[in-house]
Amino acid sequence: MTGFPILSLMLLVPLAGALACLFLDAKGARTVALAATLINLALGAVLWLNFEVGGPQWQFQEKVELFHGFSWALGIDGIALLLIELSVFLMPICIGASWNSIEKRVGEYMAAFLLVEVFMLGVFTAQDLLLFYMFFEAGLIPMYLIIGIWGGADRIYASYKFFLYTLLGSVLMLVAMLWMIHEAGTTDIPTLMAYDFDPRVQTWLWLAFFASFAVKMPMWPVHTWLPAAHVQAPTAGSVILAGVLLKMGGYGFIRFSLPMFPEASAQFAPLIWGLSMAAVVITSLIALVQDDMKKLIAYSSVAHMAIVTIGLFAFNPQGLEGSMLVMLSHGLVSGALFLSVGIIYDRLHTREISRYGGLSINMPRYALFFMLFTMASVGLPGTSGFVGEFLSLAGIYQVSTWTTAVCGTGIILGAAYMLYLYRRVAFGEQKNADAAAMPDLDLREILMVVPLALAVLWMGIYPESFMAPMRADIAALDARLAQAKPRGDASIAVAKDKPAPAEAAHEGAH
Amino acid sequence: MHPILFIVFLPLLAAIIAGLGNKQLGKVPAKVLTTGALFISCALSWPIFLGFVAGAGEVTVVPVLKWVQSGSLSFDWALRVDTLTAVMLVVITSVSALVHLYSWGYMDEEPDQPRFFAYLSLFTFAMLMLVTADNLVQMFFGWEGVGLASYLLIGFWFRKPSAGAAAIKAFVVNRVGDLGFMLGIFGIYLVFNTVSIPEILAAAPGMKGTTIGFLGHRWDTLTVLCICLFIGAMGKSAQLGLHTWLPDAMEGPTPVSALIHAATMVTAGVFMVCRLSPLFETSETAMHVVAFVGAITCFFAATVGCTQWDIKRVIAYSTCSQLGYMFFAAGVGAYGAAMFHLFTHAFFKALLFLGAGSVIHAMHHEQDMRFYGGLRKHIPITFWAMTAGTLAITGVGVAGFIGFAGFHSKDAVLEAAFGSGSSVGQFAFWMGILAALMTSFYSWRLAFLTFFGKPRWASSEHIQHAVHDAHGHGDHGHDDHAHGHDDHHCHADHGDGTAGYHPHESPLVMLIPLIVLSIGAVAAGFTFQHAFISEGAGEFWKGALVFHEHLIHAMHGVPTWVKWAPFTVMSLGLLTAWYGYVKNLSFPAMVVEQIGPVYTFVYRKWMFDELYHYAFVVPAFWLGKVFWKVVDIGIVDRFGPDGAAWTVSKGSVYAQKVQSGYLYSYALVMLLGLVGAISWVIAG
Repeated sequence: MTGFPILSLMLLVPLAGALACLFLDAKGARTVALAATLINLALGAVLWLNFEVGGPQWQFQEKVELFHGFSWALGIDGIALLLIELSVFLMPICIGASWNSIEKRVGEYMAAFLLVEVFMLGVFTAQDLLLFYMFFEAGLIPMYLIIGIWGGADRIYASYKFFLYTLLGSVLMLVAMLWMIHEAGTTDIPTLMAYDFDPRVQTWLWLAFFASFAVKMPMWPVHTWLPAAHVQAPTAGSVILAGVLLKMGGYGFIRFSLPMFPEASAQFAPLIWGLSMAAVVITSLIALVQDDMKKLIAYSSVAHMAIVTIGLFAFNPQGLEGSMLVMLSHGLVSGALFLSVGIIYDRLHTREISRYGGLSINMPRYALFFMLFTMASVGLPGTSGFVGEFLSLAGIYQVSTWTTAVCGTGIILGAAYMLYLYRRVAFGEQKNADAAAMPDLDLREILMVVPLALAVLWMGIYPESFMAPMRADIAALDARLAQAKPRGDASIAVAKDKPAPAEAAHEGAH
Repeated sequence: MHPILFIVFLPLLAAIIAGLGNKQLGKVPAKVLTTGALFISCALSWPIFLGFVAGAGEVTVVPVLKWVQSGSLSFDWALRVDTLTAVMLVVITSVSALVHLYSWGYMDEEPDQPRFFAYLSLFTFAMLMLVTADNLVQMFFGWEGVGLASYLLIGFWFRKPSAGAAAIKAFVVNRVGDLGFMLGIFGIYLVFNTVSIPEILAAAPGMKGTTIGFLGHRWDTLTVLCICLFIGAMGKSAQLGLHTWLPDAMEGPTPVSALIHAATMVTAGVFMVCRLSPLFETSETAMHVVAFVGAITCFFAATVGCTQWDIKRVIAYSTCSQLGYMFFAAGVGAYGAAMFHLFTHAFFKALLFLGAGSVIHAMHHEQDMRFYGGLRKHIPITFWAMTAGTLAITGVGVAGFIGFAGFHSKDAVLEAAFGSGSSVGQFAFWMGILAALMTSFYSWRLAFLTFFGKPRWASSEHIQHAVHDAHGHGDHGHDDHAHGHDDHHCHADHGDGTAGYHPHESPLVMLIPLIVLSIGAVAAGFTFQHAFISEGAGEFWKGALVFHEHLIHAMHGVPTWVKWAPFTVMSLGLLTAWYGYVKNLSFPAMVVEQIGPVYTFVYRKWMFDELYHYAFVVPAFWLGKVFWKVVDIGIVDRFGPDGAAWTVSKGSVYAQKVQSGYLYSYALVMLLGLVGAISWVIAG
């Protein structure tokens, strides 16, 4: 607002930190990384406090023309703001989670993590299409390294899968982007968001973007890279992967597919609903039979992301705001769950559920937090998980009751697999002496889980803090989509002899 | 500040402090804090309720905090107080306060007490949020909140595998109902463009005759909405089909069963139907469904109750059955009678559970009634309290005059069903009469098996452990409570069926709640009958629920035989139980032999658990495996990434170098793409 390039600064701080880490010893790298992420967290707070709710759509804009058509253009709206806040909030926790568990090549590791932060923030702030693409694709390189170098035994296969899936989408998206730039004559994202592409062309553009975003999301059936990547990634890698990187697909849909190709989005909405329904049921059932904690949570992520996609393709404010809240909530909750897994993994070095049991006895504090995050994951009202899920489902109900009913089974199946996990980990007798001897949370771990717990409750009890910044942007998007909005299957019909009551007129029923 | 704020939030505050303080806080402060908070809540609730009884109460809505606003969908945290809420307030806070107090004694040996008391108070908070909700979403918050507390308390003894399983079952089965509730809320928002309860109820009649699309068909709008919501009610109130979690919930400590699974949480469904009665009134079909499900449940659960041996399971099925009464009362339009039965039932059923807890406490956690017998001499106060509860539930009283609590409310329910004149009302009446017969039978069976006859606990494992431990640690434990039977110390003396074990009466903190609830079981009926279901009860309800005065007249006008029918079947049940369990002890076994398969079917709870296991649980796990191994790995991966890798790596060692190899190629592709892009843009 004041013209101070705070967004560039937020990219610069972790970048400088990353460079510094490369030349420091383990201890120094940890300190620098923590300091850099904390500074960015503080900058994030400044950003949020200075964000003018109800002000101009794009704020904190910066623009430097680099060369013909391509510019260093940054700026955020409320949607981007929230995802930035999520990223800067999770980063210090990731550094904390890696504090002791990463022992080899610490400097490089911290540098890779800080680079992930640079690219993530770049994705959410970029206002130039090519700049966005660069950040979007580059972000995967450090992530790829984190899995490939500091990952588990099967890390090569995992990082390969991760790469292969992403490659396909990226190439198609790039081609589409180039066509769009050619057609519209600009790389400016806000301009493109208001550009009306020929509906016939939209179909192809939409599909090209879809190829990329569906993989990133991930949507069923292009999700199989996710369990592999999560299982092999170190704890902090999983946290940031589930917490923020998965949100890039959703962000892509909300920033590109929906506003730029509204007709095509409406045309393909049934496809999205179908894949989402399949995802909820199938991946929830798969989560039920997992023996590996991380795999279970990874599959549950796919199911949760399906709630995001149905909300996005509900074409109404409830669905859009709901899907944003699911993204934010899932960022916190799945991050917290992976962290919870990491905490006991650090102690016992296994992800196998059956090796644990009865942790409520020797780790009561841990059991309490794990319970809270479990409940947030199953969408208990009062936690962050509920509000988004409720709004998303309420939104999709207005266009497709079938989708609501099928995706609604996720609340049953979700409860089943999460509570089954919790029971096997925290309930029962202590079967194994080594698991029974594990100490409860230490101070470092408490400092990591308490902020997450507070954020989860905050978003559940008073989500207005998170909904206010994006309200105007969602309304604008909703207005943009109005031209293409599909008619709902639940529309009320009035019997012959009765006049229609005024209340029956509802936006979903048009 | 309005007292409702303290009533609702003091238990929450106590729960947070006791729960987070846990071991650091210590047992006694945690107990004092939570119990104190509940007694304050209770003391603040009664004046509100009595104000409404006296006709002086005012409907109030106390706003608390903004919650969600999304487009035209908005709902806030707020506390609503009207007659219906006031009734629930006294039920919840009174039973909860007494259960907190009772738990001082019952849970005395438990090392983990702060956690237990924190859960109890947390439950109370959630239940209070449910009944004070002014919009459906806050009601849903309370709804799921009590579900959480129920889950935590059923699983309180989490070391026991059965407790963990029962806790999950309760939560998941409830979630099935909750999905219905959620679909109902979504539909209501679509139709009424609001989730505020008063606004919905005001607009409901205007939507009569409209249709709505739901799952590919067109239905009557209001019927669909009501049925969806009612599925939620069925889950929470354990109605037939979604009832399977309730008997298993008995894995929780007995005070929990009394508070959650008898007096309060399970009545939430009845409360919901009453709260939304103007909505349900608009759909005759939905009302019939409610009445029908209630009637079937009340019959089904009563049959199972007759066959169980576990004292808590008998009472659990009894609860399920009594909830059926409440539902069919609501289903025929007698909401006042439904709430009245809810009110009296809370007292006598909590009493029965706490009494059973006292028996279990005395019997070292033996719950099988086959190992009881003759306990009335050992635990006389418990015996008298249980007798008061039994008299109340079986509905002992003189028609048209006076009786125990259940007499007034159950007879009102039955008369309303008969008087409603509808065929589903008739069906409900006959189901209710049959259930009343069985209620009397199983309740007296329980009483006779427990308190009469000769002691039978010599072969109980629990008792043998207790006796063994007592002897192992010296004799002092039993000498303290010697009832003049000092010669029965040794193991060898099994002749009297006691194995030398002599149950003793529970401590005072457990007896006080029993005595207070006994007063409720005796007096709650005739004291409040006038307020709830007289001709002038419309004054009391003040529109908080639909009150049909004509139904009250119809109730008074039912034939005399209808008025006497409950008393007759009650006597019949009592006599049968007396004959089978006091007079001729071989009689029950003879009957069982005669009706073999029927008995097995009923004893196995109509096979619901087996059915659901094979219909849902097994297929879910099987499908999960198939989707994982066959679809994900066998198809998606095989023809996706693995196939690609195989193609690439065929005949080369490329795959071994993927780590570095792919990274560079990845970066290269990106770089090339960018170069291409930029050159195109520049050229273009």
